[in-house]
Amino acid sequence: MNFEFSEEQLMLREQARGFLAQQCPPAKVRAVLDGDQGHDADLWARVGEMGWTATAIPEAYGGLGLGYYELAIIAEELGRAVAPIPFSSSVYLATEALMAFGNETQKARWLPVLASGECIATFAHAEGPGQTTASSLATTLSDNTLSGSKKPVVDGECAHIAVVTCQSSSETIQLCLVELDQDSVSRQPLQTLDFSRGHAAIDFTNAAAQKLGDGAVSWRDFEALLDRAAVLMAWEQLGLADKALEQACDYAKQRYAFGRPIGSFQAIKHKLAGMYVKNAIARSNAYYGAWALASGSESLPLAAATARVASIQASLHAAQENIQTHGGMGFTWEFDCQFYYRRAKLLSLALGSERHWQDRLVTALEQQTATAA
Amino acid sequence: MDFNDTPEEAAFRTEAARWLADNQLTAQDTEGLSRLAIAKLWQKRKYDGGWACIGWDEQYGGRGATPIQRVIWGQEEEKYNVPSRFFVIGQGMIAPTIMAWSSPECCDRFLPKLASGEEIWCQLFSEPASGSDLAALRTKAEPEGDEWVINGQKIWTSGAHYSDYGMIVTRTDPTVAKHKGLTAFLVDMKAPGVETRPIKQLTGDSDFNEVYFTDVRVPDGFRLGDVGQGWQVALTTLMNERLAIGGGGSGADVPLAMKIAREVTINDQPAIKDSAVRAKIANFHVLEAGLKYNGYRALSALSRGDLPGPENSIGKLVGAPKLQDIASFCMDLLEEHGALWSDDFESLTGMAQRSYMGAPGLRIAGGTDEIMTNIIAERVLGLPQDPRADKGIPFNEVPTGN
Repeated sequence: MNFEFSEEQLMLREQARGFLAQQCPPAKVRAVLDGDQGHDADLWARVGEMGWTATAIPEAYGGLGLGYYELAIIAEELGRAVAPIPFSSSVYLATEALMAFGNETQKARWLPVLASGECIATFAHAEGPGQTTASSLATTLSDNTLSGSKKPVVDGECAHIAVVTCQSSSETIQLCLVELDQDSVSRQPLQTLDFSRGHAAIDFTNAAAQKLGDGAVSWRDFEALLDRAAVLMAWEQLGLADKALEQACDYAKQRYAFGRPIGSFQAIKHKLAGMYVKNAIARSNAYYGAWALASGSESLPLAAATARVASIQASLHAAQENIQTHGGMGFTWEFDCQFYYRRAKLLSLALGSERHWQDRLVTALEQQTATAA
Repeated sequence: MDFNDTPEEAAFRTEAARWLADNQLTAQDTEGLSRLAIAKLWQKRKYDGGWACIGWDEQYGGRGATPIQRVIWGQEEEKYNVPSRFFVIGQGMIAPTIMAWSSPECCDRFLPKLASGEEIWCQLFSEPASGSDLAALRTKAEPEGDEWVINGQKIWTSGAHYSDYGMIVTRTDPTVAKHKGLTAFLVDMKAPGVETRPIKQLTGDSDFNEVYFTDVRVPDGFRLGDVGQGWQVALTTLMNERLAIGGGGSGADVPLAMKIAREVTINDQPAIKDSAVRAKIANFHVLEAGLKYNGYRALSALSRGDLPGPENSIGKLVGAPKLQDIASFCMDLLEEHGALWSDDFESLTGMAQRSYMGAPGLRIAGGTDEIMTNIIAERVLGLPQDPRADKGIPFNEVPTGN
């Protein structure tokens, strides 16, 4: 047993943090927030050059063939930097779906360009307000034509291709792969609370598409895909939570009131310690999640749900209390606190909400007890 | 990172599991014995078999096990219902202090008997006027020949009534600042002048005590560290306390909540189907699992040779309120039945109710939630201290409000 990252992995973290400090300072995030682009294309290109998009893709498909520990580390750093790029959609979800379910031709066609970052992929699942399930899906695929509406699609504005979920039966779904640059696909940009990550509504009207893999996917296998993404998302949320805590601590040390740093008042001190505790719990759960993902452990459903719930709670709490610690300045457009507040909520809604993952967590606990009995 | 055993670890686990299976206490062994007697019996059995305090050096009764082997042993031993709480303070907190601060003679004299469970120890720190502000303690030790004479009162001393020895922090110089005038000693709890009075807790139990010292004589050889170094010595104990009384322990937990939620109903459905119930259980699991893996990560740090740092304070800070909340939640699931008290911990009532009553004590003992939170804020996050009215002034000039 060993509960720490290796030396090489820690070096990767240092390198990633240094790279993002240079290439994704708060001013860059702000530029996307203030501008009319849904992502930072330049940063995306550089991230591709660094090979981050290629991390977990096997070398045979142009990837680096590293593992999920490395991807988790990168995810954490992207979270810290609130990077305005479509990384989670393209890497945690679409690339993973292709690797899990794609046939040989599809993998050979798409994985190399996903690895290089040349191609941005997204994952289109939601169909309006509320939960989307196997039985609620209305989008259809028949004879390689796709019809239906997906809304919202995270990073749907900038993606070149999408993995789309379609109806099949109450216990299976059909996944398909569709190129978004075609006449029978129309995209409307959507305004969201975090406009440094563009969202779109996408309508497919008999669009050309192909089944991902050879047949329908069981709901269970689909959930396994989300479990994998949830671990990586948890690391991204954790990075954000730690950065928000650091920002709050820095401010509490230098801001004076009543003749002393506000960080010397227990009201502030205890608030910040409370953030630290939630982050520490989330980090330990994220470690276990990363191990379960990397080792293909049977405990992945429980580990992923636990990491995800812990990171949702930690990141929301940290982002909220960071603003509170800053007082009025925290509520201004000028201060960066808003980045974390916006992104924390956005990430907590992607892949299913806190309630959804709490439910999955208990289901996993029930299954574990049933297996033990 | 690998949460699975290496082949060597797996072999160690097999060896540990086999020994436990072959040597477990039987109903016959424990018939008619008190919890303390059972604990001593089990500890002695482990000692004779080479499985007591396995992280210690062999000369003191251990086997020089690595921190990871200690985790494995703990995981295997916890599968058996064996009492261990009587030894936590002595083996987990005071023994590392003895190793760090006392003479080789004291180590040879005391550590093997600590490991075998033959002698039980208590920690004489808190006083009526120094709880959270531990360094404000007043119990006096004055030199006389090659002995020290101790006078004063300690309080909240767990297990003093069955302890053979204690570790005491005293004031040896009231004319210097409060942290600088302290000295620590080992003290014989059976010595003349030591009087132990049990305190009846709100649970009705008496686990802790007031201890009065009247002209109690302690040889200078029982001193820990130098004269005036008592605060540093106490910090060694407190650092190990964080590891020793971390997240684990028995009491109401997620498996209990799951068990109750399967058996009772809400709106004629099993309670476990209720989404509010599921959300609560999920949140408890997040804390329980997080503490477990946090403990593992602390051990990885120990394996690298790091000292247990202040970040380990979260074990108790999260664990104790979690125990209180989960116990209260389990009782809620039982509705009015939740108020029933039982000593049968296998029944639906028993463990949750016991935990509910015990939890307030855990939130205070060994550093209150508030002190633990200060430690995290100041020592982990580096936030400035509160202004302190007693800072730098001689202890005998510090305002007391009296």
